[in-house]
Amino acid sequence: MSAGSVVTADILRIDPVMVADRIVANIQDIVGNRFKRKGAVIGVSGGIDSTVVAFLCARALGNDRVFLLFTPETDSSPDSLRLGGLVAESLNARSATEDISPILKGARCYERRDEAVRLVVPDYGDGYKFKIVLPNLLDANRYSIFSAVVQSPDGSTKQVRLSAAAYLGIVAATNFKQRARKMIEYYYADLMQYVVAGTPNRLEYDQGFFVKNGDGSADLKPIAHLYKSQVYQLAAYLGVPDEIRRRPPTTDTYSLEQSQEEFYFTLPLEKMDLCLYGKNNGIPPADLAPAVGMDEQQVERMYRMIEAKRKMAHYLHSAPLLVEPIEVS
Amino acid sequence: MNTDTITQQVRSFIADNYLLRHAEQLKNTDSFLDDGILDSTGILQLITFLGERFGVTVEDEEVTTENLDSIDKVTAYLSRKLNGVSKGQIPGVQEGLGGSL
Repeated sequence: MSAGSVVTADILRIDPVMVADRIVANIQDIVGNRFKRKGAVIGVSGGIDSTVVAFLCARALGNDRVFLLFTPETDSSPDSLRLGGLVAESLNARSATEDISPILKGARCYERRDEAVRLVVPDYGDGYKFKIVLPNLLDANRYSIFSAVVQSPDGSTKQVRLSAAAYLGIVAATNFKQRARKMIEYYYADLMQYVVAGTPNRLEYDQGFFVKNGDGSADLKPIAHLYKSQVYQLAAYLGVPDEIRRRPPTTDTYSLEQSQEEFYFTLPLEKMDLCLYGKNNGIPPADLAPAVGMDEQQVERMYRMIEAKRKMAHYLHSAPLLVEPIEVS
Repeated sequence: MNTDTITQQVRSFIADNYLLRHAEQLKNTDSFLDDGILDSTGILQLITFLGERFGVTVEDEEVTTENLDSIDKVTAYLSRKLNGVSKGQIPGVQEGLGGSL
């Protein structure tokens, strides 16, 4: 794209029939030919990404060869389980609900997390709720450092910047959730000789919005090449229920409701999509700015943040490295 | 405290915690963010270090690349703070206005 070209959100428009057909053919090849497995396990959160992956796997392998797994825990929204049930019903697919709270309690996930929160909010305890949020990064060259938003039992809230120890303690503890889910997914995959299908979209995959050996772990990732808005286009084509298509993306990880924008991307996902596309395709910030309703300097900041997160995601993406090469035929 | 001492101590902190055996390649002007030296967690650890070593409280609105993105920038920021420079002269802080976080 040459400098000065008019950019609109249409640059992310796809032909959903062609895209779906291509993904379906690749799922068939990967599951049947390369891995020689009989079906796919999909952890379904009731969100758009996992639902689209479930629909694609059902189309590729047959409804009777997908197994949907719901893994609620103490902090999950009840909507997640209800919408997961809607996916199973829509596909007439087998499913199981595994409450992972006992696993998490056994690992002291909640205790460890609360201990970390108390490093910055000493009175945090029973009856309190919290989430972690990022500052506004558009209007100054700020770092993506988190604050805790804590709601006390009387409903009052306060926001406190996290110390490094508190942040690391909270993240390390809550990462048990994604890892426990993956452990259960692989239990069913082993039981049925299925693959585990991962559900990241391109934003999440590129920017490292996943837990290593947690939701980042899978045998295939059918929509990792699609921007979030393209996943929505595919969802419409595949007939994903309206309620799931309208649900705002959530992390469903903290006791206070938390959007993905607050937690990681700092921008609404449709704008983040365009910024990532612009960065990937060398679109000058001045050309992209009108399409995202930002000024040139703000787009430059987003490009810089994308690059910084991408560098930090390198470790998350990396498979175990060998210090000497080994020939495996 | 003179700026050379500040620079040396900040450099040692970065080298010891984030660069392992590659510290000699670090220039005082290298961008922590653009060169992938520190991520957001590293910045939090740097803030903790500045508090413990220099007794400086880094305000929310001061956590910007203008103040903290290289050894030279941290040195300049610390020098201003330690010399009691008014808030209005520190990037990110407008005297009399609250933070925007």
